[in-house]
Amino acid sequence: MAKVAAIVTLDREAVGGGAPIFVEQSREQQEKTAFLLEKILDASVHDLKNGILVLVKHGDK
Amino acid sequence: MMVFLAAHKQTIGILLGVLAGVTARLYMLHTDYRQYPTYPHGRIIHISLGVIAAALGAIAVPALFNKDYTAITFLALAAQQFRDVRKMERETLTVIDRLELVPRGATYIEGIAMVFEGRNYLVILTAFLTSLAAIVWEWYAGAAAALLMLLAVRKLRSGKSISHIAAAEAVQVRQDGPDLFVDDIYMMNVGLTANQAIIKERGIGIVLTPFNPNGKATIANLGQRQAILYDLSTLLGVFRDEGEPALVPLAKLDMKDGRLAIFMLPQEKDVNKAREIVERVPILESAVRMPTEAGVNHKEGRASG
Repeated sequence: MAKVAAIVTLDREAVGGGAPIFVEQSREQQEKTAFLLEKILDASVHDLKNGILVLVKHGDK
Repeated sequence: MMVFLAAHKQTIGILLGVLAGVTARLYMLHTDYRQYPTYPHGRIIHISLGVIAAALGAIAVPALFNKDYTAITFLALAAQQFRDVRKMERETLTVIDRLELVPRGATYIEGIAMVFEGRNYLVILTAFLTSLAAIVWEWYAGAAAALLMLLAVRKLRSGKSISHIAAAEAVQVRQDGPDLFVDDIYMMNVGLTANQAIIKERGIGIVLTPFNPNGKATIANLGQRQAILYDLSTLLGVFRDEGEPALVPLAKLDMKDGRLAIFMLPQEKDVNKAREIVERVPILESAVRMPTEAGVNHKEGRASG
């Protein structure tokens, strides 16, 4: 099953919950962090289109 | 010479049977682009098993002629043996599959394993009929039976391919922000602009349109889809590495009309070749569904295919 591995956000208030949250100041920095986390966690980055990037570890890949 | 042939009828029969069986096995043993069975040791294993199968089939006939009826139990032993072959192939492939960038999938593996078992039975049958004809009639009757069986084997060897059930078409890969579409079918959400750029540069898309409900059910099968992705990746190479989950090839269904969209990043970007490869992907026996054969669908008249 897919599992949220991490969240990279621009707005600390917009997210909460069980996954590690990374707060960044700019969209550019957010992309960079998400890129690194993708390689580190082997999880794919998805854009929720509200300034939040979520790293999801898909079960069978 | 003729005296010798008459005197050693059973020996000649056995020899002919073994020869025909081994020839049939060699004929069916093809190492193609999938490189399976692996060369040379995988082939040696299967040729040896083929020789054993041929010997079993050929020897059964004289055993029965000599009223040695218990000899038939050897065939049961053979069946057990070849079921083990299937198990062995399945296990090996399943273990190897975990280390593939794009796995074959369980359905494909089961298909391969089934073929190995089935072909050994064909070898037994070929050897049996050849030696039967040679012993009951003459050696040339055996040779004729062998030829007939080889023709039958040739017919059984080739299965159907995707082009029999669906039309493949090369289409545009479209990106709308993070959303990725193949034609008008939604594939996935790609968050990173770096990955979006790679997809824009290298992505190819193919849409399969099934001809009838049977084809629709077959290409919807996850194992069949994985087989398509595996063949594409093997032949075109795949632009991907471990730890790059966003670049994995995908096949998604348009649930409204049963079309299948295929997205992948090949090493060699050639959409037409990709389309041709998809058309030639074998239809997996275990993925075939025939809803039109069901009683409830017969009232409307039978669909073809």
